[in-house]
Amino acid sequence: MPLIELVNVTKRYGNVTAIKNLSLKMNDGEYICVLGPTGSGKTTLLKLIAGIVKPDSGEIYIDGRLVNDVPPQERNVAYVPQYYALFPHMSVIDNVAFGPLSRGFSREEAYKVSMQMLEMTKLAWRANSFPHELSGGMQQRLALARGLASGAKILLLDEPLGALDARLRVELRYKLRGIAKKNKLTTIHVTHDQEEAMVVADRIVVLRNGEIQQEGPPSQVYNEPKSIFVAHFVGGANFLEGFVAEVDQYGSWIQLRNGFLLRVNDVNRVVGERIVVMVREEKVEVIKGARRREEINLFPGAVSEVSFLGDFVSYSITLDNGDKVSSRMPSVFGLKRFGIGERVYVRLKPENLRVYPYPPQGLYKELEVI
Amino acid sequence: MIKYICDVIIRETRMKSVFPSRNNGSMRKLIRKLDELSSRDSIKYLVYASSILFFFAFILLPPIIGILENISQVETILHEPNLLARANAAIIQSFFMAFIIATLDLVAALPLAWFIVRSRIELAHIIDTMVDIPFLIPTAALGYSTLLFWGRPDGISRIFGVESLVPEGFLLVFLLHFSFSYPVIVRVMVGELLNYKEVYEIAARTLGAQPLTAVRTITLPLLKPGIIASFLLAFARSLSETGATVMVAGQWENGPVFLFRVIDMVGLPEHLKSSVLVYVSSILIFTSTILFFLISLLAPKFRFPIRRVFPSIERRLSSSKIIRFRNGLTLLVFLLVVLSPSLFIALPMIGALIDGTLGEALVGSGPWGEFWRSMTISYAIGSLSTIVNIIFGLPAAIVIARRKLGGATPIFKALISIPIIVPSIALGVSLRLFWGRYYFLHEFWILLFSHTTITYTYFVESMAAAMESIPLEIEEVASTLGAKPLTIFREITLPLTKYSMFSGAVLVFTRALGETGAAKAVARTKEFWTTPILLVNWIKDGKITGSQKALSVGLYIILSFIILLALRLLTRRRK
Repeated sequence: MPLIELVNVTKRYGNVTAIKNLSLKMNDGEYICVLGPTGSGKTTLLKLIAGIVKPDSGEIYIDGRLVNDVPPQERNVAYVPQYYALFPHMSVIDNVAFGPLSRGFSREEAYKVSMQMLEMTKLAWRANSFPHELSGGMQQRLALARGLASGAKILLLDEPLGALDARLRVELRYKLRGIAKKNKLTTIHVTHDQEEAMVVADRIVVLRNGEIQQEGPPSQVYNEPKSIFVAHFVGGANFLEGFVAEVDQYGSWIQLRNGFLLRVNDVNRVVGERIVVMVREEKVEVIKGARRREEINLFPGAVSEVSFLGDFVSYSITLDNGDKVSSRMPSVFGLKRFGIGERVYVRLKPENLRVYPYPPQGLYKELEVI
Repeated sequence: MIKYICDVIIRETRMKSVFPSRNNGSMRKLIRKLDELSSRDSIKYLVYASSILFFFAFILLPPIIGILENISQVETILHEPNLLARANAAIIQSFFMAFIIATLDLVAALPLAWFIVRSRIELAHIIDTMVDIPFLIPTAALGYSTLLFWGRPDGISRIFGVESLVPEGFLLVFLLHFSFSYPVIVRVMVGELLNYKEVYEIAARTLGAQPLTAVRTITLPLLKPGIIASFLLAFARSLSETGATVMVAGQWENGPVFLFRVIDMVGLPEHLKSSVLVYVSSILIFTSTILFFLISLLAPKFRFPIRRVFPSIERRLSSSKIIRFRNGLTLLVFLLVVLSPSLFIALPMIGALIDGTLGEALVGSGPWGEFWRSMTISYAIGSLSTIVNIIFGLPAAIVIARRKLGGATPIFKALISIPIIVPSIALGVSLRLFWGRYYFLHEFWILLFSHTTITYTYFVESMAAAMESIPLEIEEVASTLGAKPLTIFREITLPLTKYSMFSGAVLVFTRALGETGAAKAVARTKEFWTTPILLVNWIKDGKITGSQKALSVGLYIILSFIILLALRLLTRRRK
């Protein structure tokens, strides 16, 4: 039986629908990342599970029990908001002991558990400090310790690393997952950072406008995005507009702008259909000269931008038909780099291309992440 | 090791007092029971509903019903052209005086707030402390002190060798209102300036703006909400003041002074007196309410002239010479017009301490018996109205801060502000009309109800503002950690807002203690005179000696200070 189950849940704030008819199951001990742009309903989803807001329709089950009308204090969940909401007038240990004491532990038990949690999060030495005396990373760990000490089986993390600097964020995300797994917690981690989600999640749920766009293991969401939006939001991607020119038993020919022909492995297309072809940036090969001019999916162009990213070099290439593509290539020592204005060829292998129907509201609108 | 640390922490931690110990069985059981009850939606709604009901039944509707039920009496005054003309003139004078006071106070007090916040010198801290003095002195006492300073031969008049530099009348009322409204504006604007991010001004300066240009085009427009709020507060304070104004008004009169005189008028037929009271009170209540909402709505639309810049003029006006002149003038106005008249009462009071009057006062001989009786009534009314406001005001503050009424919350909040924006004597008249019909109600209770009505807004607004400043997330997290609503209130909300709660309680208490207008309208028998009414009568009474007047006012001030000090110490200890 799944630990948490949402069935056709809808939540509105006035005229704005934050969550639309959403259904989702979360298993015991699973680490789920909810990924989505600002305003996609991520925080509302957490608040619905925590019981801070009630759904307008639909059911929420925790451990098989319908909890729609169960107040937050009886749901046994630990909610850690983005800026932690540490109680400013209580010391570190008092913050952590608040949960156990509220749940009726004796003071001795509460403080013992709290100290164990502080030991685990490496904060025991700051037990008598106040939250404002701690660094950002310590505050994050304190919020986690407080959530864990309450004995909750479900951990709800709202952008838990959002307030930290980049390096600390990378360091703490592994610890976060480690602590959750060690304590066998079911964790829902909300973030808008796709890299963070890829690293920590067992399963990613991509949310947009209150609806689930796709859910699945990180590799599946990345490699087999179900929509243009997911492809765009999870990882860097290029989108080329065109029409289906021909369909055979092995694939299709796509006519791009100005007569460029692109071969894809998709056979489920109709001639004349308007489509969008997606290719990940790291799957775009940039070469100096074509070995065989008759090779398929080889397009001439010129380098318009070069960015050195440390382990990668990013090129922006304007193809001769006017389309623009980006490429991320490993920054291997000795590998020749291209300069701005240099003539190059772009190679797109058919197995790396995914085809989507052209979105009714237009490609630009579909790619909007706000 | 962990056990040792736990033991030390348990011994040392403040949490001991926060969560009741297991040994304290009955207390713990009671709190548990109340915690359980607070989780029930029905109980929560009952608490909120009762606070809303209290507001409508005891605060908002009684004055409205009191006036509307008796509105037909207005017809009588319409047949008395002389009295009607006098009443209308008094009403117009009320609004005229309030408007010029609020405007000039703003002009004079803003530079002092600026000086307090922006000056790096020690004097600024001293001024910051001293600016509250006129605010803390009950207005009736302030009125007498101002009268002695400006209007009597022993005051500043002695320097000029005249009997009375500023005789009783319009100008003296102006000086009095100026001095008690001034600290309100300074306090609000100091708060606004402290919250203001100076970075905007700095950015403007780096872009080439002169200091004055940056202030005029960047800072003042951003401080507009604070400026409007302080203008309205000063306006309300001037409009409402009664007791001190009566002392210094002479022949001049505004609405509250006119009502005060009509209540005391001998020989005026009762039905005509009643008609005058209803007429003036209803116009004051409805006009001030409409005016306040109009100013609140329209003032934010007012735009500071920021499009035009005058570099050369503003450069000259930003020079250190001009700034020194401005600061000097500001301090002179504060010391001469605000502080000195407020503190002048200390001189005759010292005389009264050594000429034997103090001994008479302490044994309660002669008129002092009624003085101590009035003090007892004042303190009883002040304490009880504070308690009632805390009990019923706390849930109302939660309703506002946490928007429990949804879209109707702003309307509820606006209605709650009404008692402080209408003149208190007019409110008192209407409350007397409403509660007076319940013959079984003792005069003391009517006095208590009216003081509760007048002070209710102070507590609710200060608590609501404090609660709004606590992020909702803190309470949400506490609830997910297993805390019941009452636990969250006890352990999270209250500790974080307790300073505001004490401040709100102090405001209610001091306001109730200093209230003259409503007390005059409600207390008809001498036995229930509160100290401010007694003082106003004593000042006007030829039988009371100068020493007795000075000592009574001095004792009133000293006892008020002692109570304030005790409350402040209590707040500090509990911090």
